[in-house]
Amino acid sequence: MIEKPIGPLPLDAPVPGSSFTDLLNWMGAAPLVTIPPGANPVSAPEGTTVLALRYQNGVVMAGDRRATEGHLVAHRRIRKVFPADQFSAIAIAGTAGLAMDMVKLFQVELEHYEKIEGIRLTLEGKASFLARLVRGQLPMAFQGLVVVPMFAGYDDKEARGRVYTFDVVGGRYEETDFGSTGSGSSLAKSFLRTAYVEDMAPDAAAALAVNALVAASSEDTGTGAPDLKRGILPNVVRIDGDGLEELTDDAVYPLAESAVENVR
Amino acid sequence: MSIPFYVAPEQLVRDKAEFARKGIARGRSIVAVDYDEGVLILAENPSTALHKISEVYDRIAFAGVGRYNEFETLRKAGIRQADLMGYLYSREDVTAMGLATAFSQTLGVIFIRDPKPYEVEILLAEISEDGREHRLFRVTYDGTLYDERRYVAIGGKAEQLVDALEELWTESMSQQEAFNVGMEAFGRAEGRESEGWEVAVLDGGNGRRSFRRLDPSQLSAE
Repeated sequence: MIEKPIGPLPLDAPVPGSSFTDLLNWMGAAPLVTIPPGANPVSAPEGTTVLALRYQNGVVMAGDRRATEGHLVAHRRIRKVFPADQFSAIAIAGTAGLAMDMVKLFQVELEHYEKIEGIRLTLEGKASFLARLVRGQLPMAFQGLVVVPMFAGYDDKEARGRVYTFDVVGGRYEETDFGSTGSGSSLAKSFLRTAYVEDMAPDAAAALAVNALVAASSEDTGTGAPDLKRGILPNVVRIDGDGLEELTDDAVYPLAESAVENVR
Repeated sequence: MSIPFYVAPEQLVRDKAEFARKGIARGRSIVAVDYDEGVLILAENPSTALHKISEVYDRIAFAGVGRYNEFETLRKAGIRQADLMGYLYSREDVTAMGLATAFSQTLGVIFIRDPKPYEVEILLAEISEDGREHRLFRVTYDGTLYDERRYVAIGGKAEQLVDALEELWTESMSQQEAFNVGMEAFGRAEGRESEGWEVAVLDGGNGRRSFRRLDPSQLSAE
């Protein structure tokens, strides 16, 4: 039995005690993950295409900016690619509201573990933990509120970038070269299958990622094309041995501009 | 049924306080010193694996002296509290003031309620958004909370360290100068060679997570 904490500080916590998610559950503060049986699923905005690909000594992750609700565009500047910590990033597809909650929890979890234990989780450990979070959403998935993230990062033990995709039930798959998820993912992957080359330079990898998003957007209504006039540009992050770097809009603009030219 | 002996509350508190003070006096001390870009925390610590200084949140650091298992319990509880608040509300809602009061209340309750008080002293440092007026808090074994400025010391030699820092501290020192001042203060207070340093800073130039551990051998060389 766990005793209730004395004073305002949670002195006792679930064993082993380095997981923030377990702490939330224990405090009774975890977000709701079930809908009563028989309730009609609500319609909520859904995020669409995100992708990641490995290059020379790291990994690039990118996503378009659109969220849809049925036939409508729900948001056109939504963010779907997030830094998870200094050496990894998470991208989301599916029910946006739930997915963003998952991202927030995942970010806090990684930092919490690092502070409590004094050491970062391995990349494999982070991916395993994310799989557990996806599995936790299973009751919601059966109600039609699906969250499917992607995870990519730099593995300092193997000195290379790695890409993981997930399925609805929390299955975790490591991709050899690239991965994509969301409504336009099959189009993006078809594009990458022909255009991908091994050991690309970082700039070429970022350009390829944006090209693949633009290719997906030309056939999938769920994927938003870059809107150069309004400055709605894909989110692109790059991770290598030096850490994570988010490309600024100024850096992405020329990539988007040439991608719109290149992709027919 | 046996009737417990009556002990006057004054006597009880005095005994507990004396017990805790003795425990703390055996441990090595820690200082925190303001410098131009942040706060430097310096601990005498022969171990490179067991830390006394730790990151708590974006702009907040923790240090503890006394019994390792006890301040480690408090450190983890502080991180839990901070991460919970930041997750449930917003990152800006986590403040050293809030945490310091939580530490103070927790230690106060333990001191009164438990048969054995915690033999620890806690230091919390927080750098401000604009990088100027930083906050330093000290919490003692019985939950007494002190709000300090510029420099603070905890542990058995705290008084001597503060006396030394009073003479040595100057406005807008560099990180290196702050380290030198800390070492010099230890030298004067302890009157012997250090058995090893543990150094960390909260520095405004480090981005969102301002806490960094520094290599004492590199600092000493300069």
